[in-house]
Amino acid sequence: MNLQSIPLEYYLSLSAIMFTIGTVGVLTRRNAIIIFMCIEMMLNAVNLTLVSFSAFMGDSAGQMFVFFVMAVAAAEAAVGLAIVLALFRVKQTVYVDEINIMKW
Amino acid sequence: MEQDFLLSAPITFLSIMATILMVVDALIKKSSKITFTLSWLTLGITGVLAAWTLKHNGTAFNGMITVGSFGAFFDILFCMGALLTLIAARPYMQRENLEHDEFHSLILFAVSGMMIMAHANSLLILFIGIEIMSVCFYILSGYMRSSVRSVEASLKYFLLGAFATGFLVYGMALIYGATGSFDYNQIFMAAQHELRFPSLMMIGIGLLLIGLSFKAAAFPFHQWAPDVYQGAPTVVTAFMSTAGKIAAFSAFMPIVAIVSPADTEMKIQIILAIISAATMLVGNISALTQTNIKRMLAYSSVAHAGYLMMGLVAISAHHARGVSGILYYLSAYLFMQLGAFVIVSILERSGEKNLEIEDYAGLSKRHPVLAALMTIFMLSLAGIPPFAGFFGKYYLFTAAIESGYTWLTIIAVISSIISVYFYIGLIVKMYFTEPNESGESTQQLPGIASITLAVSAVAVVFLGLMPAGLLDVIKLLFGN
Amino acid sequence: MNKSMIDLIYLVPLLPLIGFFITGLFGKKQKSEALIGGIASAAVGGAFVVTALIFMTLVGHGSEERSHIVRLFTWMQAGSFTIDVSYQVDQLSILYTLIITGIGTLIHIYSIGYMHGDKSFPRFFAYLNLFIFMMLNLVLASNFLLTFLGWEGVGLCSYLLIGFWYERKFDGSFIVWTGDAAKKAFIVNRIGDFGVLVAMFLMYNQFHTLDYTAVNAQAAAGFQPGATLITTITLLLFLGCTGKSAQIPLGVWLPDAMAGPTPVSALIHAATMVTAGIFLIARNATMFALSPTTMAVVAGIGVATALTAALVGLVQNDIKKVLAYSTVSQLGFMFIALGVGAFTAGVFHVMTHAFFKALLFLGSGSVIHGMHEEQDIQKMGGLKKYMPITYKTFFIGTLAIAGIFPFAGFFSKDEILWNAFSQGHWVLWAVAVIAAFCTAFYMFRLLYLTFGGKERFDHHHIHPHESPKTMTFPLIVLAFLSVVGGFLGIPYALSIGGSIPNLLEHWLEPIFAPAMEILRRPEVHEVHAIEYGLMAASLMIAILGILLARSYYKNASDQPQAMANRFSGIYKLLWRKWMLDEVYQYFIVDVFYTISNGFLWKIFDVKIVDGVVNGTARSIASASELLRKIQSGIAQNYAIMMMVGIVAILVWLGLGT
Repeated sequence: MNLQSIPLEYYLSLSAIMFTIGTVGVLTRRNAIIIFMCIEMMLNAVNLTLVSFSAFMGDSAGQMFVFFVMAVAAAEAAVGLAIVLALFRVKQTVYVDEINIMKW
Repeated sequence: MEQDFLLSAPITFLSIMATILMVVDALIKKSSKITFTLSWLTLGITGVLAAWTLKHNGTAFNGMITVGSFGAFFDILFCMGALLTLIAARPYMQRENLEHDEFHSLILFAVSGMMIMAHANSLLILFIGIEIMSVCFYILSGYMRSSVRSVEASLKYFLLGAFATGFLVYGMALIYGATGSFDYNQIFMAAQHELRFPSLMMIGIGLLLIGLSFKAAAFPFHQWAPDVYQGAPTVVTAFMSTAGKIAAFSAFMPIVAIVSPADTEMKIQIILAIISAATMLVGNISALTQTNIKRMLAYSSVAHAGYLMMGLVAISAHHARGVSGILYYLSAYLFMQLGAFVIVSILERSGEKNLEIEDYAGLSKRHPVLAALMTIFMLSLAGIPPFAGFFGKYYLFTAAIESGYTWLTIIAVISSIISVYFYIGLIVKMYFTEPNESGESTQQLPGIASITLAVSAVAVVFLGLMPAGLLDVIKLLFGN
Repeated sequence: MNKSMIDLIYLVPLLPLIGFFITGLFGKKQKSEALIGGIASAAVGGAFVVTALIFMTLVGHGSEERSHIVRLFTWMQAGSFTIDVSYQVDQLSILYTLIITGIGTLIHIYSIGYMHGDKSFPRFFAYLNLFIFMMLNLVLASNFLLTFLGWEGVGLCSYLLIGFWYERKFDGSFIVWTGDAAKKAFIVNRIGDFGVLVAMFLMYNQFHTLDYTAVNAQAAAGFQPGATLITTITLLLFLGCTGKSAQIPLGVWLPDAMAGPTPVSALIHAATMVTAGIFLIARNATMFALSPTTMAVVAGIGVATALTAALVGLVQNDIKKVLAYSTVSQLGFMFIALGVGAFTAGVFHVMTHAFFKALLFLGSGSVIHGMHEEQDIQKMGGLKKYMPITYKTFFIGTLAIAGIFPFAGFFSKDEILWNAFSQGHWVLWAVAVIAAFCTAFYMFRLLYLTFGGKERFDHHHIHPHESPKTMTFPLIVLAFLSVVGGFLGIPYALSIGGSIPNLLEHWLEPIFAPAMEILRRPEVHEVHAIEYGLMAASLMIAILGILLARSYYKNASDQPQAMANRFSGIYKLLWRKWMLDEVYQYFIVDVFYTISNGFLWKIFDVKIVDGVVNGTARSIASASELLRKIQSGIAQNYAIMMMVGIVAILVWLGLGT
């Protein structure tokens, strides 16, 4: 099946919906790791947008960008998990609403 | 191709050296002295290389990055900021017993990310630069692994930063879809004509500005800044709040310029103006009731992002003085904000002690020189002549007025009057109150951090008294 | 002695700057007070000598060649935007410079005695020298920006010096510590500076330059009188003047500024800095003349301040506060002069006021010094015999401020009154005369309560003594100036048919000529009978005030003596006992007392003016509290805040596309 037989709008809508789901997840979940997974989902939604634009325009730059987004996501994942680990060591929690020493 | 490598030498050299430094860290034990020497040498050489390419003006690697001129000016600022931070950090890290692992290489990597941001000529490169810088910052702010505050700062910064990155790349993707390219020049060209998806373009621009506003800590995307700046090790805060902010604006300026043709209804311009006004009001008003000095300075840095955004408004209105205003202000801001944080780092005691504004009571008695220097930085931050901060504000305010934003300037002046209250409040604390009993009496010598302080203070005074020198350079580089 | 002499003007600000660095950097190590004080005084004295030489050179020139621009270096340049550090040496600035360096030198010498033994002796002199440097930049500048630099600089020095004795308590409105008084002064002044800053932006936008000469010339050439832009600019500048020169509504800081050491009050808060507002208007007389609205506002604010401050002065018991309110009131007189277009009269009063007010403040300092830091005049009395020199000089100063012929204050005040009257502003004249009456009254009340009558202080603890020579010498010099200063500006009516020239008017004439042309004021050289009448009337009113004060306070706590005096003649008995006493008691004293104590001081000054200032501060503070609440410390709440912003921006961008 040809990629172009499905209109571009469908891809864009799907990615927008995914992005929104990710955003809502970030805003509602308490667990830092799940929040981070939701952020990954937002990034993947963006990847879908990039790939579909790339395919419809016949331009490879968009797909190149996707690789970089994935690489960055991997790097962020490594750093993020390390931070969550460090936090768990000093505070024994991964719930973000319990992490509020610094405020006002 | 050779030309490309030659002219992008500052970036490549610094990146290679940062990698080498990491290897050295891994191979040699107790390497801090070696890495310190190597890193300040690297930064110095990079600064010289950048100064050498300053006169060039072009692109390299198929138009992916710009070389010379604009980017080189920022390279020098970043190297200066990093160098001053490293010097001030050495006694601090030794005292806090933190000098281990990859501190120096992380700073260098962060600088390389900033330089890539300033040189970016493509959204892809910009994205890579921002992420290199941000990831380094996430780690650096959590560098005191055993401190709850430091780790908390790191986590907050990481989660919110990654969240903002999502919006940033989404914006880039939409702009790509609307214009068919990531290249700045082609986006600029495309924006001047009828676009295929004009609404996608506008939303894309909006999301991109949101992502950058987050990095610049502008309202309402600023809330991470006070917490992170308070929790992170003080020297890291000094670095993040100066070089990090400068990097954000180095990316912000060309973006605002290239998308401005698409802004036919002035909507983007108005958003920038509103964000600018809200940022300086919120920053200054919030700073009023702070009791922790790092937090107060953090809010003040938020407010300064607001002043700087006035220059972006001017750029968006095609006013040339916006660019030179921002460049001058950033140079001044680097020294005054860095100097203030470094003084805080010198007076700080292990276990995050001596960080309340109360602890500064009667400082003029205990540390007359530090108190005097702090006074210079505070007066400059408050925008009182003859210090650098005054002329920075003056240029930005003039630029905003000439772009037709008188209301914004009035808000800026009002908020800087508000800011006088807490900056002067600190001076009153230092000079006009008696030290409290619990105030620590042990003399902590600033060590080599005094180099940073001396350079910063001289720069603040010199830029204030002789702004002509720097402005001439800026004029030479960027026309008018 | 020619042009090259004038080029030496850079020495004038440079010397105090050098003095500042020497006393500031090396003063701490140096034990000898005489050396530090000597260096600081010599720096200012040297500046005075150079100024005097330049003044002589200018006198030698023809009246058209007395204005020079001395360019030192380019301060900054960006495109067409160029600002030089250059000094404008002309009749106006050299006069101000003479006053600043001359009185500055005297006050430096005085301070050597006054600050003797203070632990921060060198710091004090460093600040004083820095102040002189900044003030000289303010008046010598040839453009607004350099003036603004000096303007901010003097504010800073004033702030540092008000809070100089920071460990002392100070009883002011809403104020406990001297540090708070300093902060109040600084912040209130920033509101005024805001006006100046915006005015500068507008001027640069319109004229593309900030040079005084160019701005005023372009304004005169390009605008009709009454143009809105000029009115806006001048009103904004005037806002700055109300801050610096302590006029309504920004005058609240000056009485509290008395928390500083007395020489500071004399130099900064009486003789020099507070007259910066008058300088700024005089410097831009052309532009102000172009706006009748602003002129009316200036005169109105001036007269309102002159009267309210004089009334408040009636009930003060702190020797320095009486003088502070009288300063505010006298500054109001100067603004009346400017507002009615009598620029020369305004500057004249600046000069004479500098003489006698510096004298009075230094005299009060001598009293405070001799009384071991006592400032309440109710606890003084009879000091005449303990400090004869202070008494005599203070008496001369009091006569001068009350406007008694032939002391300096008479000439300048009379010229202001006559100008107000002859321009048809008889209401201004009448109110100003009432203010002058109050001035005479409270100044003599101060004199009698301090130096005359019974000794009301505690003899066991306080042993009043005359001050050292370093302090009395400046008093004598200033007293001399307060006697003869007025003869520089003898009005035409008293010049015996024009045979005695009005030196000052002649000197300043070219400066204000363009403004006068706009105002279309032909010079009147006819002697009006009415002028003599008014002169006599204002003199009579001043004497009346003095006599009333005398009858009430000369022997305040000495009743038998007072009774004897009172019944010494039929005339006195009728006048005082049957008419004036009662009238005065019920209609004037009570009413005035109620108004000034109950309303003006307690309500207007403390509640309304301070209330507005404090109210604004409070609402900003509560906004700050609110913002703290939003900063909850929880990352997700920040994300929600971001989301609100993102949605708002996207909705705004999506609208209409």
